Amino acid sequence: MEFLELTPLEIEALKLSLKVAGWAVAGSLPIGILVAWVLARVQFPGKSLVDGLIHLPLVLPPVVIGYLLLVLFGRRGLVGSWLYDTLGITLAFTWKGAALAAAIMAFPLLVRAVRLSLEAVDRELESAARTLGAGPVRVFFTITLPLMVPGIIAGMLLAFARSLGEFGATITFVSNLRSETQTLPLALYTLTQIPGGEQGAMRLCVIAVGLGMFALVASELLARRFAARMEG
Amino acid sequence: MDIRVKRRQGDFSIDAAFRTQEVGVTALFGRSGAGKTSIINMVAGLVRPDSGHIIVNGRPLFDSNTAVDVPPEKRRIGYIFQEGRLFPHLSVRSNLTYGLRLIAEAERYVNLDQVVHLLGIEHLIDRRPARLSGGEKQRVAIGRALLTSPSLLLMDEPLASLDAARKAEVLPFIGRLSREFAIPILYVSHALEEILNLADAMVVLEGGRAVAVGSIEALMSRPDLPLLTDCSDCGAVLSTRVALHDRRSGLTHLSFSGGILKVPGFDAALGTKVRVRIEARNVAIALVPPQQISVQNILRGSITEIVPGTGSLIDVRLDIGGSLLARITAHAREDLGLMPGQEVFALIKSVAVMHDAPGWHEQRSNCCRLPAPGPLPFKANTD
Repeated sequence: MEFLELTPLEIEALKLSLKVAGWAVAGSLPIGILVAWVLARVQFPGKSLVDGLIHLPLVLPPVVIGYLLLVLFGRRGLVGSWLYDTLGITLAFTWKGAALAAAIMAFPLLVRAVRLSLEAVDRELESAARTLGAGPVRVFFTITLPLMVPGIIAGMLLAFARSLGEFGATITFVSNLRSETQTLPLALYTLTQIPGGEQGAMRLCVIAVGLGMFALVASELLARRFAARMEG
Repeated sequence: MDIRVKRRQGDFSIDAAFRTQEVGVTALFGRSGAGKTSIINMVAGLVRPDSGHIIVNGRPLFDSNTAVDVPPEKRRIGYIFQEGRLFPHLSVRSNLTYGLRLIAEAERYVNLDQVVHLLGIEHLIDRRPARLSGGEKQRVAIGRALLTSPSLLLMDEPLASLDAARKAEVLPFIGRLSREFAIPILYVSHALEEILNLADAMVVLEGGRAVAVGSIEALMSRPDLPLLTDCSDCGAVLSTRVALHDRRSGLTHLSFSGGILKVPGFDAALGTKVRVRIEARNVAIALVPPQQISVQNILRGSITEIVPGTGSLIDVRLDIGGSLLARITAHAREDLGLMPGQEVFALIKSVAVMHDAPGWHEQRSNCCRLPAPGPLPFKANTD
């Protein structure tokens, strides 16, 4: 049963992947909901520009995003130097940077799913809640947000999966450092580059498939629970 | 309630002004597209008028001159929408208490138990809205609005999406609301019958304008409002009081300014105010008082007006001490030689008199002691 035991490298890569993807989703979710709300509900000049900017990671090569991140968030970068000087945070070549890269690559998928669910919320339910004495903020948290749950679950799944698979932007921005930025795809890529690494690569491959399936099933179960709640 | 609002929306413009007392049920009546819903949305604060003012119970809710615009959540106005608009993710109980929890206890005049009991929704309390019928949803929606202890209730065709049986299920509760909680109701409908059964006063809207305001009795006796007379089931409305319960005949006598109306007996204390409605098509005219006839009500009066109707029908307006409308054929009018000013007798079958007496709904819901399985509980079958 030795083959069932994970090697230290596999454990590190798996843990790191979960940490990076988890933080990427958790960190971008509130911002994603806010951005989706603004795009769905607010009219302002330059809206299509903002919309385009958010969708850029979908159409650009990930390496380009990674390079832009390096320029902006590197230790000498515009934002990076400020972050280091004032908050003491370093993003380049750390797992935090990997999470940022994953979050940005996954952001358009998250926003799309959340925005669709927001647009599907019956605004007349919101005005009904207003006449019952709830202010706009309370209406958002008690009516709008709960009704968006299916879209939020879908958005989180997409973003989580996209983050797990992030490769190009990550390797460009934070490089491929074992136990710091070497996530599953990077570890797998490394194994394919060394002689005799095929078996290890296949094992990582199986782990990746398992992780993806787990995320899918978990989100499906959550969505079903929500649907059952609505049916009462 | 003092309302004067102007608003342009596309090709349609609303320019309505009316004043009514905040008592009982006031109906906002008009055809679809007359601006009824827009106006109550303005009263609720969901739609902003371009200019004008909205004053309810002496409190200015909107005034373009003084830049007052109270947000909907601070207006203390309950709103019952056509489609219920229950929150699908909350149980019936949470729907009911959604607004209640936001009201300070000192300001509540009704509690959950009272409302649940009044609306008969005890058995639904733990369900989700998806599991409710249309009539049940609408009752929960009424309860939800009522539990915010509002100073005014708005109802936008609350029965329009319901079939006849469901209407009969919800209608009685609306009447009871205004009576039991003394809460004023602004009731939007394009169904005159509903209004005649429920409302005390009426605002008639046409093309975004208020063309007439007044009590139901006064408006129904005005010949210059074709909207109120161009209908198959229109008729006169009379205010009466219970004068006598005749145990021998089983009839209740209702007195009004022109005499006595005999109707099928019902339980109500003597002196109780009862509004009756007599459809024009159920009134016949005779030149001499007929004898040996089953009709119980033969009232003497004079013709005030003859209104040409559609096709071969005409409407004859009679003064019997109150205003009464009779729909007869033009041929019958020629036969009798009816002319304005002429003395005649109006014949009204007892079972054709519809009324809104308290206690009547309960009899109805305990099932059909009265032979009246019409589309609405007040409708009497006269065939």
